[in-house]
Amino acid sequence: MKRLTLIALLGLALPAFADRMPLPANTPASFKTECASCHLAYPPALLASKDWQTLMGGLKDHFGSDAAVDAKTAQEIGDFLSSNAGSPSKLGNAGNPPRITQTARFVRKHDEVPAKLWRDPRVKSAANCEACHRNAASGSFSERDLVLPELKR
Amino acid sequence: MKLLTTIALLVASTLSLAETPQQIRQTYAAEAAAQQAGFTASAKRGETLFRQRFAVSDKMPDCTACHTANPVNAGQHVITGKSIKPIAVAGNGERFTDPAKVEKWFVRNCKEVVGRLCTPAEKADFVAYMSEVR
Ligand code: HEC
Ligand code: HEC
Repeated sequence: MKRLTLIALLGLALPAFADRMPLPANTPASFKTECASCHLAYPPALLASKDWQTLMGGLKDHFGSDAAVDAKTAQEIGDFLSSNAGSPSKLGNAGNPPRITQTARFVRKHDEVPAKLWRDPRVKSAANCEACHRNAASGSFSERDLVLPELKR
Repeated sequence: MKLLTTIALLVASTLSLAETPQQIRQTYAAEAAAQQAGFTASAKRGETLFRQRFAVSDKMPDCTACHTANPVNAGQHVITGKSIKPIAVAGNGERFTDPAKVEKWFVRNCKEVVGRLCTPAEKADFVAYMSEVR
């Protein structure tokens, strides 16, 4: 009984963890060495499996940059991203090339951000999560960890 | 005895995955010398390359776009805003110690900024500048 209550409580608590997205413990080292030099190592749950596959298939021209990796590494990163990907129905369409920042879920979570802040020199790009979420690299997107004074309430 | 030497060499070769900036510069310089007799790397030419405006890419017209005019300081990716550790050895002792990593980034960034692959001579010069600049 106690155990059941605990499970029920955990279930209730889960949605509140939407602001905690640390990289899974089994994250391959290659994901950090290959996908975290030009930007944050994005949490895999923020894109659907199909979108990660599209993205991994086009690394030679990745948003104007060359992010190509060898076939073995591509397989390893692709498998990791797919098996930790988010639910397509919750995320919504990510566009092509797929962007986390284009998904309906991202847009909804950021509807309070003033439009001009996205182009602010301190931010540069919506993909620059760390400009606003100080601890994004450790997976924290909580309101408490927002940096820009305009975002404080 | 011969066996021991072989083993020692094998061990040494697996350990030598990490190299010094001098070794990496030497490898590129040797490649350049094979095409151009008497080649020696020049930090001065490396600096010229670093500062040259290629304007192939709007956002990344030259190396300094991300690495700033002073390579000893930390830089910032012009598109994503991500901070980039200093590219010069004086600012970051880990630079130019992993040959595969160095080559990977020469391929990527030369294509994007210079609009073509860099030559072995350019790579030797660039490593020379980044190892010597203070
Ligand atoms: C050489 C630099 C570089 C590397 C390496 C790199 N990326 Fe990117 N990535 C970029 C750039 C530039 C953008 C566009 C950012 C922008 O528009 O602000 C981008 C954007 C993205 C986006 C979309 C962000 C958004 O707007 O939602 C995802 C997802 C992404 N990268 C995943 C990866 C993965 C996975 C890897 C590793 C396989 C990787 N990247 C490696 C440069 C890189
Ligand atoms: C311009 C500033 C800014 C940037 C850039 C930004 N965010 Fe946010 N983000 C916010 C604000 C403001 C909120 C709303 C916080 C709140 O009310 O809890 C938010 C909320 C979130 C949430 C929801 C947290 C929750 O409590 O459910 C997630 C997840 C998130 N952001 C992820 C990201 C990711 C991933 C990136 C980069 C691809 C990013 N953000 C880029 C400002 C930003």
